[in-house]
Amino acid sequence: MTASRTTALRRPTAIAALAYLVLVVVAAVAAPVLAPHDPEATDLDHVLSGPTGTHPLGTDSLGRDVLTRLMYGGQVSLAGVAVAVLTMLVLGVVTGLLAGFLSGWVDRIASWIIDLALSIPVIITLLVVLSVVGSNETAAMITVGVLSAPSLARVVRGATMAVKQETFVAAARVAGLPSTRIITGQVLPRVTGPIIVQTAIGAGGALIAQAGIEFLGLGVQPPTPTWGGMITDAAQVVDQQAWLLVPTGLVVGLTVLAFGLLGDAVRDATADRVTSAAPPARRRRAAPPSTQEEPAPGALLALRGVTVALPTSHGTHTVVDGVDLDIRPGETVGLVGESGCGKSITGRAILGLLPRGGELTAGTVHLAGENLTAGGRQAYRAARGSRVALISQEHIGGLDPVAPVGRQVAELVRRHRGCSRGAARIRTLELLESVRLPEPAQLARRYPHELSGGMAQRVAIAMALAGDPELLIADEPTTALDVTVQAEILGLLHRLQAERGMAILLISHDLGVIAEVCHRAYVMYAGRIVESGPGAELFRTPRHPYTAGLVGCSPQRMPPRTPLAAIPGMVPEPWARPAGCHFHPRCPLATAACESGEIPMAEPAAGRHTRCLHHTELTEEDDHARAGVLARD
Amino acid sequence: MLRLILRRLLISVPLLLLVSLLTFVLQALTPGDTARTILGNTFTQEGYLQLRHQLGLDEPVLTQYWHWLSGALRGDLGVSPISGLDVGQQITSRLGVTLSLIVCATVLAALAGVALGVVSAIRGGAFGRLVDALSLVGFAVPVFWFSLVLVTVFAVTLGLLPATGYVDPATSLSGWAGSIALPVVALALAPTAVIAKQTRDGMLDALSRDFVHSLRANGAAERSIVLRHALRNAAIPVVTVIGLVFVGLLTGTVFVEAVFAMPGLGGLAVQSTVQHDLPVIQGIAVTFTVIVVLVNLLVDITYGLLNPKVRAR
Repeated sequence: MTASRTTALRRPTAIAALAYLVLVVVAAVAAPVLAPHDPEATDLDHVLSGPTGTHPLGTDSLGRDVLTRLMYGGQVSLAGVAVAVLTMLVLGVVTGLLAGFLSGWVDRIASWIIDLALSIPVIITLLVVLSVVGSNETAAMITVGVLSAPSLARVVRGATMAVKQETFVAAARVAGLPSTRIITGQVLPRVTGPIIVQTAIGAGGALIAQAGIEFLGLGVQPPTPTWGGMITDAAQVVDQQAWLLVPTGLVVGLTVLAFGLLGDAVRDATADRVTSAAPPARRRRAAPPSTQEEPAPGALLALRGVTVALPTSHGTHTVVDGVDLDIRPGETVGLVGESGCGKSITGRAILGLLPRGGELTAGTVHLAGENLTAGGRQAYRAARGSRVALISQEHIGGLDPVAPVGRQVAELVRRHRGCSRGAARIRTLELLESVRLPEPAQLARRYPHELSGGMAQRVAIAMALAGDPELLIADEPTTALDVTVQAEILGLLHRLQAERGMAILLISHDLGVIAEVCHRAYVMYAGRIVESGPGAELFRTPRHPYTAGLVGCSPQRMPPRTPLAAIPGMVPEPWARPAGCHFHPRCPLATAACESGEIPMAEPAAGRHTRCLHHTELTEEDDHARAGVLARD
Repeated sequence: MLRLILRRLLISVPLLLLVSLLTFVLQALTPGDTARTILGNTFTQEGYLQLRHQLGLDEPVLTQYWHWLSGALRGDLGVSPISGLDVGQQITSRLGVTLSLIVCATVLAALAGVALGVVSAIRGGAFGRLVDALSLVGFAVPVFWFSLVLVTVFAVTLGLLPATGYVDPATSLSGWAGSIALPVVALALAPTAVIAKQTRDGMLDALSRDFVHSLRANGAAERSIVLRHALRNAAIPVVTVIGLVFVGLLTGTVFVEAVFAMPGLGGLAVQSTVQHDLPVIQGIAVTFTVIVVLVNLLVDITYGLLNPKVRAR
């Protein structure tokens, strides 16, 4: 907390705000010493003078010095703000801490009062109080403090509840420490960040409220100088000397602004950085087509040397590195590897939808002979949905939560077919039926949160099929589902493919799934394709030690970033990929030769490729194993 | 949905009772009373007591409150002891002015704020900084000062619009529009910033969700993704903010009516505060609270219409 407060003060705006507030306080407190004139001394020969040598900020309609009156007015304003903030702190912090810490009925009553208080317009209470007590500024500012307390209490309550969940506080409660000591010793220091933020906002609001009360003539009465009263004075002569609005408005505005900026700085320093708040970068144009070999004729999809750079926590790094990949019409191709190998990014590169800030730095994507990379955003956009489609891992999260699912499918049907609403509706029901959803007409009216994961994934498949794509990218389509539902979805994909002659790129970390349904598969490690070959054969006789390692543990529903049992270590982060073969630190076969230079792709058998210098040793192991089996027979 | 509305009504009734009771209790706690205010400095004790009795001030506070409450439920808010005018009539004749101002300001702020928020979420850069700057300005600039600046520029210097006064729309529609233009702009500044910020944050959040990626990957039109899907998701919290903004405008209108000399409820409230005219203040407090209750109800209903998860309940 102390550290974050220091970082808050490292920002130039925060320093400027603090410096300004110090200046205002000094000017107000030392006004009797520093002020150039008497605040109530009139000079009728120099009324409404505008800035001059003797009156740097001009004079008002009675010839009184504006600078002097602003300095004296600051005394009233700052005292008022102090009263309001103190009231707010005492009431808000105590209520919030008690409600958050004790919960139960204390919390319910406090929350009810907070809700109630927040729904009364501030001005009503203020005017009622003022009409009863008369022009009493202290009473008004106490009221302002009371009215600001609920928002503070709400923030403190939330922060307290969060802190209470943490282990050390829970431990202290179990250990029997008295509540008061836990609150003052452990909870309070942890919630000071939000309190400071809310106090700064409250101080700004109190100052505005105070100026407002004075402006309406309900606060400290003339001739005592007040900031709000000076704006009233300025308002009366606005057609004669508009300048008077400037110093009075600026001093109020800047002081409120300074409170606000200070609060912002503390909030930014204490809150976790939210990445989504970062301004979006405009998507840059893809790299020019590379001059690498042309794709094989007849291939539906051909990636050549696809290289993607992404912004990471350690700067921009290449995450997908020179990927070559082919898919023939109607073929099911697997892309397998641990989390963080670049599989999904490869899928997004095919769609031309890289994450924010990502860029295709080299390589080409050809779809049915058309170079999408050269065609740029237009070509990708034209291909999406009608030629390449996607189903993703998120089932319910993959659907718009506030639209009925039928409408979401129908929107895509209309988009791709350009047909009437009625025709789109009929086609939508056909699609929902084709993904084996019962009672499509009723289902179409339901919302995503009313569906099970498996049903939602079927709707997502129907959406992907709306444009009759030639290639379906299925990115971990079953990972988040139950095992029985997984099998149903895979079976559905298999059947749809047979019916439609559609190709599928199945991205998965689950070897079992890939081996079961894929004609061919690619194994990806740390951004590179390390091995490829026919599906079942690839995993029966791996030609790369990484594939062999994956086979050795065949993860079912592995949480990301956990070490594989059969392979020591983890996938290196993009900024920490070792030279040479990226796999060598984890590889049992690694030699000095693996640690330097590019490892070329070898072709140990027709249709088999491996990026390993020692792939023959794996073959020998296989031979030994087979020999062993034979000997036992 | 129904539960939500019922819950809101369950909060509203005690709220209304609380606000009205509060004024009575405060009144009882203060030295001096309406009778003394009416009589001024010169009065006889006998006359004072008689007036007190006439006004019902010699009864216990709760009895007085009950009289007022049973009257209020029949639409009778009492008579101002200062002006002798019927409180209910005074309020109804001024309600149109205040509602014109705050409804127009809410609509303006909602339109401008949502547009600004959407554009800044998509474009970022300069638009993003504009929203940030606007929200700082909206927070820091007092509404009455901004009103005065508008008067100076558009009424005094350029002479484009009237500086003060209100024209009834029944008299002249264009006159009405001209008379409320500056006050409405003054009122809308801060709310625009608040709504723009909420819209931008909501849009950025919605656009980063998985369903947006799926829609894009499957060829949905970008315009539909932004305006239909993302905006509808982002609109749910924006509606709540618009409700809060409306309640805040009840405060703003008191100041704006003072600057522009508008014959609305805000001006009446200030005048009655100065004169200690408690029945009028009480009537205004109850009117404002009823407005708040109705707006909150409207917000809840809209919220339910936008959010199917709430509607189902």
